[in-house]
Amino acid sequence: MTGATNVTGLADVTAFANTLRAEWTKFRTVRGWVLATVAGAVLIVVFGLQPGMQGSCGKNGPGSECRPPVGPGGEEVTDSFTFFHQALTGDGSVTARVTGLTGQLSGGGPDRPRQGVVPWAKAGLLVKAGTGQGSTYAAVMLTGGHGARLQYDYTHDLAGAPGAVPRLVPGVVPGGGTRNEPRWLRLSRSGDTVTGAESADGVRWTTIGTARLAGLPATAQVGLFVTSPQYTEEVHDGLASGAMGGPSLATGTFDHLTTGDGWTGTAWQPDVIGVRGDGPATGAESLERTGDVVRLTGSGDIAPEVAGAGGLGVSISQTLVGTFAGLIVAAVVGCVFVTAEYRRGLVRTTFLASPGRARVLAAKAAVVGGTMFVTGLVAAAVVVVLGQRVLRSNGVYVHPAPTSTEIRVIVGTAAVLALGAVLALGLGALLRRGVTAVTAAVVLIVLPYLLAMTVLPADAARWLLRVSPAAAFAVQQAAPEYPQVESLYTPVDGYFPLAPWAGFAVLAGWAAVALTAAAVVLRRRDA
Amino acid sequence: MITVNGLRKRFGPTTALDGMTFTVRPGQVTGFVGPNGAGKSTTMRIVLGLDAADAGEALVDGHPYRALRNPLRHVGALLDASALGPGRSARNHLLWLAHSQGLGTHRVDEVLHEAGLTAVAARRAGGFSLGMRQRLGVAAALLGDPPTLLLDEPFNGMDPEGIIWMRGFTRALAAEGRAVLVSSHLMSQLEDIADRVVVVGRGKVIADASVSELLATVSDGRVTVRSAAADTAAAVLADGGGSVAATGDGALVVAGLSAETVAGLLSRHAVPFSELAAHRATLEDAYLELTQEAVDYRATIPGEAR
Repeated sequence: MTGATNVTGLADVTAFANTLRAEWTKFRTVRGWVLATVAGAVLIVVFGLQPGMQGSCGKNGPGSECRPPVGPGGEEVTDSFTFFHQALTGDGSVTARVTGLTGQLSGGGPDRPRQGVVPWAKAGLLVKAGTGQGSTYAAVMLTGGHGARLQYDYTHDLAGAPGAVPRLVPGVVPGGGTRNEPRWLRLSRSGDTVTGAESADGVRWTTIGTARLAGLPATAQVGLFVTSPQYTEEVHDGLASGAMGGPSLATGTFDHLTTGDGWTGTAWQPDVIGVRGDGPATGAESLERTGDVVRLTGSGDIAPEVAGAGGLGVSISQTLVGTFAGLIVAAVVGCVFVTAEYRRGLVRTTFLASPGRARVLAAKAAVVGGTMFVTGLVAAAVVVVLGQRVLRSNGVYVHPAPTSTEIRVIVGTAAVLALGAVLALGLGALLRRGVTAVTAAVVLIVLPYLLAMTVLPADAARWLLRVSPAAAFAVQQAAPEYPQVESLYTPVDGYFPLAPWAGFAVLAGWAAVALTAAAVVLRRRDA
Repeated sequence: MITVNGLRKRFGPTTALDGMTFTVRPGQVTGFVGPNGAGKSTTMRIVLGLDAADAGEALVDGHPYRALRNPLRHVGALLDASALGPGRSARNHLLWLAHSQGLGTHRVDEVLHEAGLTAVAARRAGGFSLGMRQRLGVAAALLGDPPTLLLDEPFNGMDPEGIIWMRGFTRALAAEGRAVLVSSHLMSQLEDIADRVVVVGRGKVIADASVSELLATVSDGRVTVRSAAADTAAAVLADGGGSVAATGDGALVVAGLSAETVAGLLSRHAVPFSELAAHRATLEDAYLELTQEAVDYRATIPGEAR
């Protein structure tokens, strides 16, 4: 006979290995469970590859391809604005005073545009490698609702001193009031370093920040710019929610435009950079110059291009729309893997063979979690790679994601399926009855996601996606959210309220609690 | 070897076990008998670590079941023959059990053969008759080649052929030196196979004795004797210490003397007798007598529970 109480680490490892192997044998010898697991993976792939989404990129002949310019960091960018500029060489500075910022929004009908300045309308000074879209730049500006800023290379955004300019209410500003408080702005270049500063009186200056632009050539385009991005509003009408929006225009009024510290010249030229050619604002870009006063009207943005209804195209997350179906299957299999034993009394045979009940639970979790992880990994990898092709061939612009992001999305999706199954397993062990446990698991894990993606208002959806196990869908967010770009960062558009691994940690927490509770209950309960 | 000592267990207001104490020894078939609800299954579940006792202890080879490594190598149990995954084949059911004990497919094939299931090994266990499930349960119990076996109502649902097989099988296991505990609510099923019987009622042991001891207490030495000289015979036997009752037509019922003593006394005194029959009680009689008085029974049978 073998030693019965010779409790050593090695014996524990062996005991767990034996239990693990037994549970794996159990799992693979029930054809229904194996087929269901494969079916879950197939569902994920089928949902991702079905031609449900259509776009117009490349569908309307040559020239209709969606090729947004690419910034210095390799990301797609928007780079459209009205520019009053000249080429200046070497180090120097440029100064101007902004005396007004007004704007117009589409949406009040073509004849009656609404007056208003969007929060991220921009008027200020710009130094840029050239007039080509996507080139490196730094700009100091006043905005419609976010005060004075220094922005550079599309993704970087530094705020000026708070309160320097009265911060307007976020969102579309009705009335579009002209600023009564002029602000002075200055941009200084020293080598590849550009510094932005602001001042109330042109005497006492406050530095907003410094940008290092590695790719800035010796001779750069310097001048005034105005632009105004698309505005978007979330619309809720009963249970239906959506978004509306459109292009906007901004007019900046400047005076005291001067160069110094090495830069000299007065050969300012007007230009409209990167007209997209599809908005009502087209043609409205203009320049008026009256003596010292320059009025620039512009539309567009100098910013990263964002995916979603408020931006352009979709992110790779779109290919994983079928994850919920795979997660339902994972939850059902996770529940049934334990409740089926209770139904037949097989659980007693299991505990006869492996009296350590926590060990049995851990082995079951490892088997069902591992199985779901592997099949989920295959499904997610296939659908992310092939789904992008299908979307692109349907004319949908898909933001390419860095490889590291793709890997995180794929591995994260597999891990969500694995932990979803483990959470369901814990519920199954606690509730014992198959129907009850499956219902509880689907309601807890999948329903919050489905509600958030369909009928819930955005705030309720975000709340659910913070606290429920469905928070883990955050691992699928591929497109970063930029605070300096107004857009619809909703779950439907692939934006989640928590950071990817933070969202995943919420699910992990739920799974850990369920599994621990199940282990405690199993130990106390007569089998 | 199983030692059960002072087990107590309540389910709500019901006392399931009330100081259950007995021992299952190697090389013997121990019958575990009592009416339904007497606590047999609860005792077995506690021995097997499935249920927790409120008090007392149950040890397998000196250890609590839950402390055993590879417990199926210490104890094989047949509890509920229907406790299996209906979708798995008989062979796969045994395979996962084997894997849980670090055993391989070779052992699975061996026990399938021993239980006579080789031909149906690939069939779904859910389609098995109760008798075949009992055989599968026996195969599972034998998997770890354990020195101790617990069989809970193994004859249930078996056809006569299966019952004969199970009896022979149980005897053979004990003959190999294993400790075998067989529970049943019918004493008759244990009559020919048990070496020892533990009779339980209302959660405690009423009698714990060998089969011959148990029979002796019930048959009580009553002997029927028929004699042409009935009066002389009655006098002789009464002098010899028996209590004698005449039933008419020359027959006497003698209590307190064995058949051998009766024959010897009558022969020595030259009393003629034509028929002498020891009243032979069955184990069933003993069982019924014991369990009818289960409530307040205070027996004088050796080995009985305190």
